[in-house]
Amino acid sequence: MKLELRGITKSFGALVANDHIDLVVESGEIHSLLGENGAGKSTLMNVLYGLYEPTAGEILIDDKPVMFAGPADAMAAGIGMVHQHFMLVPVFTVAENVALGGETTGFGGILNLDDTRRKIREISARFGFDVDPDALVDELPVGVQQRVEIIKALVRNAKILILDEPTAVLTPQETDELMDIMGQLKSNGTSIVFISHKLREVKAVSDTITVIRRGKVVGSADPGAATTELASMMVGRAVSLTLDKADAEPGEVTFKVSNLTVMNDAGQRLLNDISFSVADGEILAIAGVQGNGQTELTEAVLGLHKHIQGSIMLDGRELVGRSVRQVLDAGVGFVPEDRQDDGLVGEFSIAENLVLDLYTQEPYSRWGSMNRAVIAKNAKEKVAEFDVRTQSSQDAADTLSGGNQQKVVLARELSRPLKLFIASQPTRGVDVGSIEFLHKRIVAERDGGTPVIIVSTELDEVLELGDRIAVLYAGRLMGIVPGKSSRELLGLMMAGLPADEAQAQLDAPAAGSSGAGDVAPAGDTEGERS
Amino acid sequence: MSETQTVKEPTPPAKESQGSQVFREIMSGSAMISVLAVFVALVIGGILIAVTDPRVSASSGYFFADPGATLSAVWSAVSEAYGALWRGATYDPTARTWQGQLGIFETLTFATPLILSGLAVTLAFRAGLFNIGAQGQILLGATFAGIIGFQMQLPPVIHLLAVILAGAIGGAIWGGIAGFLKARTGAHEVIVTIMLNYIAVSLVLYLLKNQLKAPGSTNPISAQMHDTALFPLLLGPNFRLNAGFILAILAVIVVAWLLNRSTLGFEYRAIGANPKAARTAGMLVSRGYTTVMLISGALAGLAGVAQIAGTEKTLDSDIAGSIGFDAITVALLGRSKPWGTFFAALLFGAFKAGGTSMAVNADVSIDIVAVVQSLIVLFIAAPPLIRSIFRIKAVRREGASA
Repeated sequence: MKLELRGITKSFGALVANDHIDLVVESGEIHSLLGENGAGKSTLMNVLYGLYEPTAGEILIDDKPVMFAGPADAMAAGIGMVHQHFMLVPVFTVAENVALGGETTGFGGILNLDDTRRKIREISARFGFDVDPDALVDELPVGVQQRVEIIKALVRNAKILILDEPTAVLTPQETDELMDIMGQLKSNGTSIVFISHKLREVKAVSDTITVIRRGKVVGSADPGAATTELASMMVGRAVSLTLDKADAEPGEVTFKVSNLTVMNDAGQRLLNDISFSVADGEILAIAGVQGNGQTELTEAVLGLHKHIQGSIMLDGRELVGRSVRQVLDAGVGFVPEDRQDDGLVGEFSIAENLVLDLYTQEPYSRWGSMNRAVIAKNAKEKVAEFDVRTQSSQDAADTLSGGNQQKVVLARELSRPLKLFIASQPTRGVDVGSIEFLHKRIVAERDGGTPVIIVSTELDEVLELGDRIAVLYAGRLMGIVPGKSSRELLGLMMAGLPADEAQAQLDAPAAGSSGAGDVAPAGDTEGERS
Repeated sequence: MSETQTVKEPTPPAKESQGSQVFREIMSGSAMISVLAVFVALVIGGILIAVTDPRVSASSGYFFADPGATLSAVWSAVSEAYGALWRGATYDPTARTWQGQLGIFETLTFATPLILSGLAVTLAFRAGLFNIGAQGQILLGATFAGIIGFQMQLPPVIHLLAVILAGAIGGAIWGGIAGFLKARTGAHEVIVTIMLNYIAVSLVLYLLKNQLKAPGSTNPISAQMHDTALFPLLLGPNFRLNAGFILAILAVIVVAWLLNRSTLGFEYRAIGANPKAARTAGMLVSRGYTTVMLISGALAGLAGVAQIAGTEKTLDSDIAGSIGFDAITVALLGRSKPWGTFFAALLFGAFKAGGTSMAVNADVSIDIVAVVQSLIVLFIAAPPLIRSIFRIKAVRREGASA
């Protein structure tokens, strides 16, 4: 089935999210849409999936124009979509989820899932999905949930599958498996639209690459094109993807976490007996799939958690049991994982946000009264220094793009003398151009002699920044490895193997490239695939 | 390949969820919406006046024969009513006494407790708390002020200052309870303050039947405040306007400074707009909730002082009237800004002062005023409604938000 988008324009008021986009997806090809966050990829796909009505332009399937009033129409036409955030009912079984919206009922309206179960088994067998139709979705690992989404589309006879940022939630191994699946679907005649901003994946899997920038198609590229070329097309200027980073010159160890255990109110251990240390002038990157205790670790350091055992020492002072204010005053710079939720007050001006945790100090305030002139001057300087793209520092912070918001947070946290700098997901949702800048600032802070902790779920970032890399899995530390470790090793650790076992497995001659599945790790990570 | 590379870094478009935008609009939308809400409410009020007017209904009987008669009846009914309202609230040259001509001072008198209690609601609003309990806080403030005012003998000036302080403390305690419970247990302030309103009424009634009852009286009313405990009258004995109004203006100035200039206000606004970010920035959110409710309660308590030491002079359980609830409307209409609240309170004071004159001079039910006030609330709570009536574009905030 051939899909063609002709002159698709979608505007929201004055904002043009898609501007005359032309796109042809041939039958049985993997067509990647490459673009930064906010470039308009998801909008375009939502138009295609019938969620938005295009302002102008038309959609053609096999050269015949079609109109979609809603996702049901798109599905009926053979288009399936796997959203970035899964659209599954967690308390339903796989079969119930797959049947949802297209249930067949027997006498008296009783659900009949046998047919669905059969179809799921059939598809599972064909693509090697290994999905049990009667498993509860809630209990499945993320990678498998994603397959359920794919099955949902395939059961409805999707000939074109849209995958919206599918790898954002996967471990490197799961990503590889997904790429295998995409290959199989393709050889089966299914077309795939693969949406991503990760260059490595796009290059690995695509037949054709279309690059979108600011709502417009800026060109198409060959998967063989150089990474830097793709990046500069995506950003619109030359970018250097490799960070110019000198080797760390670690000094004294000033930050030390010992036997840290964090529990939630129910007494569940979110972090289990973690110990590590960071030296002055060194970046420790903490890797792991989202939700394995990284958030708790950073929040524990900042003093946001109540149930803590163990010790967190900074410069010889115990941080456990201190208030956030005291921790910040002790010289900790903190970039929270979710800048909009935790890092910024959206309706405050940029200037106000730049003093959000400094407002009690002179010269920003004196005797309880804020000094607006000083705050405005500070804002002007920081906006210039960190290259925050804004018309005025008096604009509300939520008028900024993600990258610029992050620059504001970073500018604030780096604007005082630090004894420790912690940044969680410093470049999530940030455009490539800003990533470069943010990384440089972080490395500069390290070179200034500050111990730095970077928490990231993006392996590229971890490898780029980390002088040493720690991996968290299910609240435990799987080990700390040197900064230039292999992706395979980190991937295994992220899937729950301690460092030594992971290394042993990579070293074993038989294990080779398909080693990931042979040792099913403890816990619930998806590892097995035949 | 990169043929569209001409655009040189414009600011990327702002993305904002629809829902939060609407919420923010209700909380802090433009003054334009407030003005239009009042206007539309007055128009609808005018329609009600016309419909209920006997001359209009009489002339509408021969509407098709003489539509002009109906229209002129409508015009005269509405213009007489609103004219009387306006004159009663400002200046009425037709009144028999010269005191009666100057309704503007009655407006200011009525506005005084509304300003103070409106500020209470406004301040709590900005910290993200919906203080429904101004009513109870006013009662407690008036009670505390009263105890000092009619049960103690103190030298002049000092007596009044003591009364003011006591009233503020009384309100602060009542507001503080809600703030403390919110901070410690997460109890929702709306529910707690509503319940505290009931408790306040019962408490005051109990006290008035026992400890605070005026000697020799059978009614639950206290003795008169001593003269030293009263706000001095600003314009002599012919007008009720008293120094409470000065106190209210001072309060507006202080709250405006507190919210916009002080570190405490910065904290409150941050907590109100994004408590999680406030917490991450080292602010003590729970302490903020407690202290803002203490201050908010104190302001409402001052409204109680304005009542007992200004106009009422004795304590009864009805001393707060509907001020505590009007305060919420006033704060909404004032867009939870101190000076906005001030002017909204003046408007409501004018409704009160002019309503009587409208009822007497234009023979229009005073309930119309209540209807107009309620409609104002309705339209403010539904800014999209006002926007669609006047076809105002919603996207206007960018750039202009400074």
